[in-house]
Amino acid sequence: MELHERSIAQLSAGLRSGEVSSTELTKHMLQRIRMHDAALNSFITVTEELALTQAKAADARIADGTAGALTGIPIAHKDIFCTRDVRTSCGSRMLKDFVSPYDATVVENLQRAGVVMLGKTNMDEFAMGSSNETSHFGPVRNPWDRETVPGGSSGGSAAAVAARLCIAATGTDTGGSIRQPAALTGITGLKPTYGRCSRWGMIAFASSLDQAGPMTRSAEDAALMLTGMAGFDERDSTSAQRPVDDYVAALGQDIRGVRIGIVREFMGEGLDAGVGASIQVAIDELKRLGAEIVEVSLPNAGLSVPAYYVVAPAECSSNLARFDGVRYGHRCAAPKDLEDLYKRSRSEGFGPEVKRRIMIGTYALSAGYYDAYYLKAQKIRQLIADDFRKAFAECDVIVGPTAPSTAFRIGEKADDPVSMYLSDIYTIAVNLAGLPGMSIPVQPSAGMPVGLQLIGGLFDEARLLNVAHQLQLATDWHRQAPAGF
Amino acid sequence: MSLSADDVAKIAHLARLAVAPGENAALGRELSNILDLVAQMDAADTAGVVPMAHPLDMAQRLRDDAVSEQNSRDRYQAGAPAVENGLFLVPKVIE
Repeated sequence: MELHERSIAQLSAGLRSGEVSSTELTKHMLQRIRMHDAALNSFITVTEELALTQAKAADARIADGTAGALTGIPIAHKDIFCTRDVRTSCGSRMLKDFVSPYDATVVENLQRAGVVMLGKTNMDEFAMGSSNETSHFGPVRNPWDRETVPGGSSGGSAAAVAARLCIAATGTDTGGSIRQPAALTGITGLKPTYGRCSRWGMIAFASSLDQAGPMTRSAEDAALMLTGMAGFDERDSTSAQRPVDDYVAALGQDIRGVRIGIVREFMGEGLDAGVGASIQVAIDELKRLGAEIVEVSLPNAGLSVPAYYVVAPAECSSNLARFDGVRYGHRCAAPKDLEDLYKRSRSEGFGPEVKRRIMIGTYALSAGYYDAYYLKAQKIRQLIADDFRKAFAECDVIVGPTAPSTAFRIGEKADDPVSMYLSDIYTIAVNLAGLPGMSIPVQPSAGMPVGLQLIGGLFDEARLLNVAHQLQLATDWHRQAPAGF
Repeated sequence: MSLSADDVAKIAHLARLAVAPGENAALGRELSNILDLVAQMDAADTAGVVPMAHPLDMAQRLRDDAVSEQNSRDRYQAGAPAVENGLFLVPKVIE
């Protein structure tokens, strides 16, 4: 099997046995990026020199016996994570020349584990989008059909993992930005419980929702990556102060008797028939493996998109106030006074979708509107969290579609923000409630990938990963690769 | 919900964004479409519901009032658009 087709565990074994060095593996992956990324645009920055330095250090660790499971594995970071002395653009003109003076905690944690960073991946500007079309650096193409989008906002990470240009990648998920692109490109993506991975050094969009997670080709790889990323961080005031579970050890469990909840509201109107059929095939397979299938209801899930488009823009308008043209980022030419400096720097630096969200958030938080918008949305958030609490009294894991359709065409929804927002109709409720959610590839529909979403209770990542792993042991949907890569 | 060109101009000012007067009406329509989506919240009965500010039921963590950062001013200012003697430069604020 070619190097880029192997799992993290297989590569790790190969590195330890001396069959291949991290330097050779890294060169192989860099060569693949050179060969294929012009067709995809999945990377904003390739850090070749740094990657080779890190690979050399990994080889030394492997030689002296201090290597871990991720040592020497070439990965990519979404360009939302601050990386010291490396450009960190967040997909925006505002930060197109920003070189971060420090590393994000997630980057630091993975570095400590010995990974090799190949580069920084393309993304929707400030993680606001579901198609990777809002990036200042141009759209990313889906390796399964280059006329279609890879999803967003972690579209570059998704396309790079799907095309085997990196072994794994990091992503972030505020309303579905790991899971929806994972679904559209046929890879495995996990959004952990809010607070499981540190937000420090991860450029903020909506702070009560943002969460980092792994994007990989299997649940087993995701378990290894999450182990390297997660953990308490005192620099993040909402970091969860509890030990990280042993995700890898949890992978061996039989799923006989596990209660799988199917959400009635997610399987009806609005779901593409081909996607629905693929989801049913996966549910039947879980049943065959001994899981017990029960029907559950999330009656308020339909309110999640409206509530999200208050909470997320409100928090975004506050977070993005820091981009003022004074301390870092884009500054307009020849400002005539301070207000002109602020206004023109921000208007030139931000793209249309970011401006729309800042304005919606500013409006929702302006005098006289707080109760009608932000407070109302927070109450709906509580109703949605209550729905999940009730559902998890009847089941252990919820499954359903990740996205309502397979990848749509580039440009198809670009001029209709509201229709784009509905791409995340099944994923947003999970962020509002703070729960862990995952997407894994199931049977394709008309040749395009379909994602099965798995949702767990708070901090139930180990169980989600195990259910996904058991399904992947029994099927080969996650092994399918796009032609030409 | 329909935002007028004047509403858009006011919101843009609050957000410190420069919107050309000719764009206000079109932007108003786009924002109004989003607010129409948001208005679906009105159908929910939320009487007596406690607002959820945070997904985890946790108290704000406190730390000792001790120095935790080193002075890295020069490094942090290296990416600033305009600095002089350790100060950020902006257009004159007081005449």
